[in-house]
Amino acid sequence: MIIKTHKSILGSEITDPLVFKQRRQLIKAMLALGITGSGIYSGLSIANEAKWQDVTKGYQPKASLTATSAEIVKNHTNYYEFTYNKTDATTLAQALPIDPWSVEITGEVEKPGTYHLEDILTQQTLQEYIYRFRCVEGWSMVVPWMGFPLANLLKKVKPLSSAQFVKFTTLQDSKSMPNQAVNSMLEWPYVEGLRIDEAMHPLTILASGMYGEALPKQNGAPLRLVVPWKYGFKSIKAIVKIELLKRAPLSTWSKAAPNDYGFYANVNPDVPHPRWSQSSERVLGAGYFTPRRKTELFNGYADEVAALYSGMDLRHFF
Amino acid sequence: MVLRNIKPYTLCFSICLLPLLGIIIDMLFGNLGVDPILSLHIRLGDWSLRLLWLTLCITPLQTVTQWRGMSQYRKMLGLYAFFYASLHVLVYLWMDQGLVWSAITRDIIESSYIWFGLIAFLLIFLLAITTPLIMVKKLGKNWKKLHRYIYIASIAVIIHYYWQLKGNMAEPLFYLLILTLLLAFRLAVWFKNRKFAKLMIPTTRKIKVLKAESLTED
Repeated sequence: MIIKTHKSILGSEITDPLVFKQRRQLIKAMLALGITGSGIYSGLSIANEAKWQDVTKGYQPKASLTATSAEIVKNHTNYYEFTYNKTDATTLAQALPIDPWSVEITGEVEKPGTYHLEDILTQQTLQEYIYRFRCVEGWSMVVPWMGFPLANLLKKVKPLSSAQFVKFTTLQDSKSMPNQAVNSMLEWPYVEGLRIDEAMHPLTILASGMYGEALPKQNGAPLRLVVPWKYGFKSIKAIVKIELLKRAPLSTWSKAAPNDYGFYANVNPDVPHPRWSQSSERVLGAGYFTPRRKTELFNGYADEVAALYSGMDLRHFF
Repeated sequence: MVLRNIKPYTLCFSICLLPLLGIIIDMLFGNLGVDPILSLHIRLGDWSLRLLWLTLCITPLQTVTQWRGMSQYRKMLGLYAFFYASLHVLVYLWMDQGLVWSAITRDIIESSYIWFGLIAFLLIFLLAITTPLIMVKKLGKNWKKLHRYIYIASIAVIIHYYWQLKGNMAEPLFYLLILTLLLAFRLAVWFKNRKFAKLMIPTTRKIKVLKAESLTED
């Protein structure tokens, strides 16, 4: 079921022609990828390098961050549906069928439905968001995502006042995802969740690209969540379902290891993982003799998001 | 032939250096991946563990083959395990933490997996410094007792490995299985010896019991 939203278009919603052109390229690139696989990639990245700079910047308090090299970001992923190591998903994930792709939005909303990804993307303005990405394992990188605020999508489906939480679900496809086929390690499909105010926060985005090109499959194509003040595992990949709920969903990692991974998973140097410190992080691409950097509260986005958690004991709600 | 002139001891010594050579070559050619410090941690740690396990293989091998010329290899492998463990620790202190001692202290206090690594390293360090013959003579009977701490160290090593992983346990479980076999062998020998020792003690009552048993069996 496709539900079209009919409302007058505000001036601020009119897409900049340049961005629109860029977006068509992204969609084309995604479609091309679905057909031709990764072969087209190297050429695309060079062609898009120059155009990438033209994309307008989204709301981001740390825009001065220097992006990690794309080669590192593309070859260092935790995509446990495919593999346990960080490099093999680069090739294995190419088997993922991402075209056509649709996202079901359901639950406590006025306009539930299944939307084609292209319809979702054409209604949004893709912008660049340069965020630090901090993994719970103690490493970080800086990624220039291409995406749009999750709030903009949620507003279109009109959440009811009863919607208190948002649950995200990754694709279940044991044909292309080997570890789903053997039910290995975690309970599949992967599930994540946010509180509604976290989901509506302008820093929370859905990304469909990075470094000015379509999101590589190993990095969560065609659509992933990015919540920069939380550990990376909250930023769920290959989203097929977004549910607005009255109660908090149980996320995959919280279910698998409730003492290790909480619902919030906010980056916090003063709340160690039960088995390792979170006080510092290894900066990928920094070379051999650059020591670890000190991890910042809320990954450096405290000014923007700390208010969401005022009065909460962050040790208890980890 | 050239190879024939090489003593097995020298050959073993050189082979143990090959992993280090491989790591240095990969470092020079930038083949350590996108997180090279993590790669160094893993590769040096893995080789330290493997060499420690090999050290633990020597005694069972001696017992099974009845060949007594292997203690010098046990010593060499043990020292190599310590050597790779030292490099592993050095990479952590120097490259990863940049020798910032306040950060190191905090990291160790908050990371329980490092506690086990630290225990293992301190024990292996003790064993390594008591390797020279002078120390063996000085310690006398206690030397053997001290060097039995290799069992504790190897258990600490496997916990150190297992404790830092998020989900995939295949590799630590594989090494745990081998360690279990190696330690079970010693336990079996210990039980067997204890049984023999008991039999050797001439308690009249026991002999009578045995006789009675043998009679009933007849």
